[in-house]
Amino acid sequence: MVSFQPSEEQQLIRDTIASFAHEQIRPHARDADENGAVPAAIVQQGWELGLVQSSIPEAHGGHGDTRSAVTGALIAEELAWGDLAVAMHLLTPRLAVWPVLMLGSAEQQTSVLGAYTGNSFRTGTAAVMEPRFDFDATEPATTAHRSNGGYVLDGTKCYVPLADQADRIVVTARTDGGGVGAFIVDRDTPGLTIGEREQHMGIKALATYTLTLESCRVPAAHRLGGDDANVLALANHWRVGLAAMAVGVARAAFEYARDYARERHAFGMAIARKQAIAFMLAEMAIEIDAARLLAWEAAWRIDRGLDATREAYLAKNYAANVALKVTDNAVQILGGHGYIREHPVEMWLRNGRGFVTFEGLVML
Amino acid sequence: MIDFELSPEIKNNRDMVHMVAEQYMRPLSHQFDENEHEKPWDFLNMMWEASRNSPVSIGGDGKKKKADQEPSAAPQRGLLAAVAIEELSWGDAGLYLSIPNPGLGGAAVAAAGTPEQRQRFLDRFKSGKPKWGAMAYTEPHCGSDTAAIQTTARRDGDSYVLNGTKIFVTSGLMAAEKSEGFVVVWATVDKSAGRAGIKAFVVENNTPGMTVVKCENKMGIRASDTAMIVFEDCRIPSDNILGSPVVQETTEGFKGAMATFDATRPAVAASAIGIGRAALDFTREALEKEGVKVRYGIARARLTAIERDFMEMEANLQAARLLTWRASWMMDQGMRNNLEASMAKAKAGLAVTQVTQKAVEILGPLGYSRQLLLEKWMRDAKINDIFEGTQQINLMVVARRILGYSSKELN
Ligand SMILES: Cc1cc2nc3c(=O)[nH]c(=O)nc-3n(C[C@H](O)[C@H](O)[C@H](O)COP(=O)(O)OP(=O)(O)OC[C@H]3O[C@@H](n4cnc5c(N)ncnc54)[C@H](O)[C@@H]3O)c2cc1C
Repeated sequence: MVSFQPSEEQQLIRDTIASFAHEQIRPHARDADENGAVPAAIVQQGWELGLVQSSIPEAHGGHGDTRSAVTGALIAEELAWGDLAVAMHLLTPRLAVWPVLMLGSAEQQTSVLGAYTGNSFRTGTAAVMEPRFDFDATEPATTAHRSNGGYVLDGTKCYVPLADQADRIVVTARTDGGGVGAFIVDRDTPGLTIGEREQHMGIKALATYTLTLESCRVPAAHRLGGDDANVLALANHWRVGLAAMAVGVARAAFEYARDYARERHAFGMAIARKQAIAFMLAEMAIEIDAARLLAWEAAWRIDRGLDATREAYLAKNYAANVALKVTDNAVQILGGHGYIREHPVEMWLRNGRGFVTFEGLVML
Repeated sequence: MIDFELSPEIKNNRDMVHMVAEQYMRPLSHQFDENEHEKPWDFLNMMWEASRNSPVSIGGDGKKKKADQEPSAAPQRGLLAAVAIEELSWGDAGLYLSIPNPGLGGAAVAAAGTPEQRQRFLDRFKSGKPKWGAMAYTEPHCGSDTAAIQTTARRDGDSYVLNGTKIFVTSGLMAAEKSEGFVVVWATVDKSAGRAGIKAFVVENNTPGMTVVKCENKMGIRASDTAMIVFEDCRIPSDNILGSPVVQETTEGFKGAMATFDATRPAVAASAIGIGRAALDFTREALEKEGVKVRYGIARARLTAIERDFMEMEANLQAARLLTWRASWMMDQGMRNNLEASMAKAKAGLAVTQVTQKAVEILGPLGYSRQLLLEKWMRDAKINDIFEGTQQINLMVVARRILGYSSKELN
């Protein structure tokens, strides 16, 4: 039966994450952006929230919670409201863990999952994007050829978060059959080179790297889910995650601009009392809710086991546009002050612009 | 728990209404668009009979207040209505609007009337011949600015005497003169009191002094009559003022009447979405015939312009639908939905306008031709961004609520 009310448990999780975002993340967001680093203390506190360990089965040392994309969307929005780069940093290990949970065989789960249930942050990551303007996750240029009972990977990946400290990287690549496979590549595999840290317009606190794979040989057992596994099912999970994060960033910007507009006076009254500003704020509020509901619906379909390809894709694209429009409006509403780094809105605009580009940077 | 699954009851009702829309409404669309002011009597009679046998009249308002419902009676009335209205408007929005039912007038009675008034004015829709209810607030010199209403209601013993002119009254002709219906009229008892002086009055059909002077010629929704009604010393019983007697002393009457919109805006939004979906379905089918398939999941940079447009239409419509469902769901939960109702209406009104205009563009000659229905849907769609509060008025409601401003602070 249709309902827009999170369950009590979801509400509790959401409140916990929201206060963490409010009290721990937000106060450090600007510095993190300026310094290009997420403070270690936040990383550790984030780890202690169990964002990664929660869904790992108890048999492997995790909490054994059922994975829910809807709950994930609630969490992602709150974290991103705090700060997008921090949110992505905290969730990066999921990029390695979730594919194994979703596609991995019993042996693969046993060999991988245990590492991510300890007391301190443990990095795993995934390499999905490639440096091309028309990059398409469904048709990677990176290839995986069968050879001598294993696979040989060749290609270049970019936007790989925390690659320098990850001990394993899940790499997507086109297989000989034309499908897209996911391969667990250990950090020290010969042929894998981790390049310089990338410099981006936004999410500057998140360390991302370019990777090159040159005749990089991995055992057949490292292909997730065996020969026919459909890695593209993972795309729904990251797209909804990105949609939810876009909503979080947009909401942050909206709230800031709304409060500012109530305080700032021009021509004898608060600028929020001018329709040009008030209507902008109204549209921002409507579009944020619209994007959130699309993300929830796609997440709900995932949880229900329904096909969510269309919904997740549309939700992500929609939310990416909303994030851009809303953060841009927020800068506009602050006028010249919006352009100054003393206020966070310019940072949110730089971060918000990224959503159209991002693929595979987060997992629900 | 967050859930998007419609209940079996709503789904069954939706499927039944869809069948009606497809088999009985679509075939009439063209004729009653071309022949404005003609009434599709067979269809209207059929819908009237059908709504007698259904727990919630299809296309009916479903806007009864929660407080006086049996708790278990129809916990999802608002959502059920929204889903049904989408289907009917997918069939034909003009025909949907002309279906005999309590309409906006009924919604006002439900929102602001006393139990006795609800019984007196609404029970008639359970039996007899087809009837219509209508609501009249718009005047030649004021529409959005409902507080500037000039029509007067003067107390005279046990009566009120109404004088003034109302325009653009949906189903006004049917409610005022052609059935045993009624018109809810907004009028002021005291011009100097501004908003506080404005009350809603129920005027029974064929009350002397109430005259329909014309029906407008319109861009779209031509099957629905839009009447101008003049009130000249129109005398009504004093207990036809909506709400309890205290409304005469307070601003309750105005607030009550305004509360009508919280129920009717989601309904308008649902209707908008129905038209949008008609255009979208039509566009998809036309493209498929030409071998154009919309590819979901590929890189945005590789999408064709048509694919991009189509996806944007689709996402906008779905976003509007979810906002509408949320506003309806809140109403069903007895939650205040003033903000969410206006969000849904603003979004849906704009979305359907853009979606239908884009569809006409994409389909070129097929879109513009009057042999097909797409151009009609574009004409029908536009009204949804105008009535029940224009786009701007709904943005203003949203803005006031998110900013915590009164109507004095933001107008
Ligand atoms: C087919 C049809 C059916 C209708 N049915 C009914 C009915 O059943 N009952 C009824 O009472 N009315 C009905 N209406 C009237 C409708 O509700 C009004 O037309 C509508 O409220 C707008 O009022 P207006 O036409 O006077 O425009 P105006 O109020 O003159 O507005 C003109 C423009 O100014 C904008 N505007 C106005 N005020 C502001 C503001 N404060 N800030 C920013 N912009 C502003 C509006 O958004 C609009 O764009 C119907 C109209 C039509 C066309």
